[in-house]
Amino acid sequence: MTRKVKALVLTGNGVNAEMEMAHACRLAGADMVDIVHISELLFGERRLSDYTFLNLPGGFLDGDDLGSAKAGANRFLHARIAGSNEMLIEELLQFIAAGKLILGICNGFQLMIKLGLLPALDGNFTRQSATLTFNDSGRFGDRWVYVKANAQSPCVFTKGIDVVYYPVRHGEGKFVPLNDSVLDQIEKKNLYAFQYSTAEGMPTMDYPANPNGSIHAIAGLCNETGRLFGLMPHPEAFLHRTNHPRWTRENLPEEGQGLAIFRNAVNFIRSKEF
Amino acid sequence: MAYRIEVAFKEGIRDALGEKTKKRIIDNLALAVAKVATIEVYTIAGELSAAELEQAAAGPLSDPVIQNFSINQPLAKNFDWLIEVGFRPGVTDNVGKTAREAITLLLGENIGTRKISVYTSRQYLISGKISQADAEKIASGLLANDLIERHQVVGSNNFDFNAGMPAYVPQVMGKDEPQVEQINLAKVDAQGLLKISQEKLLALNLEEMQKIKAYYQNPAVLKARKKFGLDENTTDVELECLAQTWSEHCKHKIFNSRIDYTDGRNKLKIDSLFKKYIKGSTAKIRKAKGKKDFCLSVFVDNAGVIKFNNDSNLVFKVETHNSPSALDPYGGALTGIVGVNRDPFGTGIGAKLIFNTDVFCFASPFYKKKLPPRILHPRRIYEGVREGVEHGGNKSGIPTVNGSIVFDERFLGKPLVYCGTAGIMPARLNGKPTHGKEIKPGDVIIMTGGRIGKDGIHGATFSSEELHEGSPVTAVQIGDPITQKKMTDFLLVARNCGLYRALTDNGAGGLSSSVGEMATYSGGCEIDLSLAPLKYAGLQPWEILVSEAQERMSLAVDPKKVDKFMELASKMGVEATAMGKFTKSGKFHVRYGEKTVAYLDMDFLHDGVPQMKLVAKWSAPKNAEPTFTEPANLGNAFAQMLSRLNICSKEAVVRQYDHEVQGGSVIKPMVGVQNDGPSDAGIVRPILTSMEGVVVAHGICPRYSDIDTYHMTACAIDEAVRNAVAVGADLDHLAGLDNFCWCDPVKSAKTPDGEYKLAQLVRSNMAIYDYTTAFGVPCISGKDSMKNDYSIGKTKISVPPTLLYSVIGKIKDVRKAVTMDAKRPQDRVYVIGETLDELGGSEWFAEHRAIGNKVPQVDVKKAIKKYRALHKAIQAGLVASCHDCSDGGLGVALIETAFAGDLGMNIDLKDVPYYGKKRNDYILFSETASRFVVTIHPKDQSKFEKIMAGNVVREIGFVASDGLFQITGLSGKLIIKEKISKLKDAWQKPLNF
Repeated sequence: MTRKVKALVLTGNGVNAEMEMAHACRLAGADMVDIVHISELLFGERRLSDYTFLNLPGGFLDGDDLGSAKAGANRFLHARIAGSNEMLIEELLQFIAAGKLILGICNGFQLMIKLGLLPALDGNFTRQSATLTFNDSGRFGDRWVYVKANAQSPCVFTKGIDVVYYPVRHGEGKFVPLNDSVLDQIEKKNLYAFQYSTAEGMPTMDYPANPNGSIHAIAGLCNETGRLFGLMPHPEAFLHRTNHPRWTRENLPEEGQGLAIFRNAVNFIRSKEF
Repeated sequence: MAYRIEVAFKEGIRDALGEKTKKRIIDNLALAVAKVATIEVYTIAGELSAAELEQAAAGPLSDPVIQNFSINQPLAKNFDWLIEVGFRPGVTDNVGKTAREAITLLLGENIGTRKISVYTSRQYLISGKISQADAEKIASGLLANDLIERHQVVGSNNFDFNAGMPAYVPQVMGKDEPQVEQINLAKVDAQGLLKISQEKLLALNLEEMQKIKAYYQNPAVLKARKKFGLDENTTDVELECLAQTWSEHCKHKIFNSRIDYTDGRNKLKIDSLFKKYIKGSTAKIRKAKGKKDFCLSVFVDNAGVIKFNNDSNLVFKVETHNSPSALDPYGGALTGIVGVNRDPFGTGIGAKLIFNTDVFCFASPFYKKKLPPRILHPRRIYEGVREGVEHGGNKSGIPTVNGSIVFDERFLGKPLVYCGTAGIMPARLNGKPTHGKEIKPGDVIIMTGGRIGKDGIHGATFSSEELHEGSPVTAVQIGDPITQKKMTDFLLVARNCGLYRALTDNGAGGLSSSVGEMATYSGGCEIDLSLAPLKYAGLQPWEILVSEAQERMSLAVDPKKVDKFMELASKMGVEATAMGKFTKSGKFHVRYGEKTVAYLDMDFLHDGVPQMKLVAKWSAPKNAEPTFTEPANLGNAFAQMLSRLNICSKEAVVRQYDHEVQGGSVIKPMVGVQNDGPSDAGIVRPILTSMEGVVVAHGICPRYSDIDTYHMTACAIDEAVRNAVAVGADLDHLAGLDNFCWCDPVKSAKTPDGEYKLAQLVRSNMAIYDYTTAFGVPCISGKDSMKNDYSIGKTKISVPPTLLYSVIGKIKDVRKAVTMDAKRPQDRVYVIGETLDELGGSEWFAEHRAIGNKVPQVDVKKAIKKYRALHKAIQAGLVASCHDCSDGGLGVALIETAFAGDLGMNIDLKDVPYYGKKRNDYILFSETASRFVVTIHPKDQSKFEKIMAGNVVREIGFVASDGLFQITGLSGKLIIKEKISKLKDAWQKPLNF
């Protein structure tokens, strides 16, 4: 039996890439796509449990004023749902426990990392064990980069993807693990789903191919089930060939390379029982 | 109580900000420092327990993976000098505000009735053998802007390593003691009136002050005032309100003046430049277009509105924020961008914002001479403005898709910071057209968004003056893009639910201006200033009325919908306050509590300002013609030209702006094999399910003003149009915006050449009329900023008269768009348009410190024919690349086309259609208007030539695979043979910091 794919695209407090992320979900064939303002969750008007695919788009949660997504993570951890005793974080943990999918892009990835949703090595989703911090360049950069998918990764979003070209647009994208042990486990368990690479797919530490100096060239990370995934590059910004910076000089298929991520998510949800 | 929480990076974690600061100290100040580290400081005022402080520090305020924190203890160690920089009282502290909200949320119910505030500062720990004076120089010359920030410099010898820096709370200490000053003007003489205007920073002239004085002697006025407890005295609230409304900034008095113009032969009487040339041209174009007229709302709202397709409209506005950016480049520019965002947002019933544009005019960042007092170094302005627009644009989630940076030494006096924003709105919503405004008497006045403080008081009057000794500090605001984003998210929901009738933005003049303008739709208003939400106590009623504190919109809400509106606002975390109602009383009625503090006739407020009468005299300047000869080595000359600031790559700035958020990016600012060739225009797809695109481009050429502003203007319009055409825009669906930045054109003791400067303005307007009507590209909105001068002591610096012409248009199918990079070896290179000996005001002459007199002149008939034919060729898919010729002429366009494609090029100058003095350098670098370089695949040549027939179009060479740029000169000899990579390097280097 196939399941309905119900995507929630979360917005509010500085999120700004919700439209294109919702568009990506629709193109990928999701049955229902709702752009939901966080206040609707906090006022209990909508519930996470009604959805199967949570999208955390890019933006600047609370201006990234205390470090990227820090104030946003603080809200997720400590906000209560109005008129009930339930905390938002509990709903989120139930969503994860149900085996549903979460995709965080850019600021959404930062939010997942700061909350502890990724890499969540011991299954503890609220303890931060890595971070995304200021680019080595000390500046925000908008440029396109190649990322190489790790074929051994359990990530459900990157299945069948090899090397893809996406834009990055961030000032705080440098991946730093808490310690060597965290990095070891990320490597051993193949949680690094994407690495910054050359056009040929060789992981790289060279700027600007690696735009921020991420340790182990990590551009995207999943948890052990592969169902939670975050990445700094923006697949939702490459849904059509005219998004590609060289589309006027290269022969490209009409569909952009970003859609594959969303299609994988949609297909996965359809094939599962929750 | 006040506590300090300090946050620093752990050992071994890279401090990117510290490294960047070190580089800036070395680059900008030439001080050899060894290391810079940074520490973030949060000063918390309020009562918190030790455990709570620990919770806050370990929670939202620090990152456990990479940072340490301390409470009431210093983290600073291993430094020679410590510099701490924080805001002065009352200055917007966005990070502090976010920290306060985060801590409040963290403590939840435990916070009880306690109120806390958080203030941020940053420590820079500098290691290196520098003196105290050097450290001071770093503090005030680079790290802190003393106008808005305070700093402390402490040597390691004097630093208390146990206690650290004492906690300092930069609170505004004010008490609510509202007072209204009553001023009796009846017995004040002319001198006295002017003194009042000056002392109160009203920027009103004598005639205007006299008109105000007379108003308070009118018996009918007095009778009406009496009913509300007022008399023949003017209140400070009224005077300030009149000064804002009548300011040059708001009323455009120069553009609406009566002018006697002469050019020596002809005399002309002009009753309002604005009505005659700007509105006049648009009216003529709309009439000529008939059923094809796409204009929907022009000149009446915050921005212009045109049709995009049957279902949606485009809204576009460009503003300037020059004076504040001169004083505080970061805050000024940030406010510039978030401020202009509110214009399209506040047009009609509101538009969703789809892109930003920005154009900056600066003096050279490598300026080496001594700076006049109160002027910041151009490098600081450059970096501050860049960063301000970065934060304003990126954090608002609006892509910055087009712009440029123009350099001229005269922008030292005032930089020009143009910020533009476009939006899209459904053509109809809830059954009604969206581009107009309607307000009914009885509608409730609601203010939403940020709170009111002393920031931005007198912004409108201040920008109506030159930068002088007493320019007010409070005129500078710092924008908060996230507060604004939250507000716009909320208002778009409210719009779609039909919860309000009309909205407008609070910009220059604050509530006085927003409510004052909205009240013209209903015929009056009544507001109570005591209801206004304030940032801190101690604001006087007049300050509340005219404060330009940011992130606020004013709305008219049907009384039946107020509850729903308020409920939604509160749910979405946006402050909204009902402040009164719109009426049809014919009065602008302001109360503070029960007491009336202003009662003015709407007619007098809006139409009472007396018309200025001015004289303009034009005589063409005669500049020396240069005497230099053609250089023997043109390869070197090419490299020099490419490294000129007006020509070289701006990529380092462009990359720091998000140009693709919202997912519709089609033509990016940088294109080509390495994504580093300079685009002519931007294209975005605002509706992701459609292939229709919006094209945006601009033209600006202030150097030509040294010869004739008429041709400067014609060239700017042509440049904007041809940039748009170059990427594939349809000439028949283009609209324009005029943004004038002038030096004071009113003759006075300070401005003895005012009549000439005004003639320059008149001629510019004449060109607007002539060329927009000829092209059929109507102005739909615009702005003027007329006092771009610096005057302190004996130094006066006036900017060159500068017109930015921006265009917005449409491309039916973005898949037909063309970029400027050469695509394949063996493609043929064509030049479209003839080249004339027009080097007056050119970059090539400027390189030789000359101006000359032969300024480029636009032959508009030929231009239109070319543009239409080229558009047809682009639509037919025959054009592989297309690049416009502007600064640096044909030569620069050719080399940019080549290196963007990573390809070589062979060109023969004998084939270039050229009329003038036979010089290779002139052909290469003349800036004749209306020309393009295109490359065409050999198989498409004949079809291309057929479509272009009847225009001057010539094949002048081919694209080569050898990576060499080779040019054969008029003599038939090879005059240039250079590696493309070498020339590209010269082009990329100068501003790559």
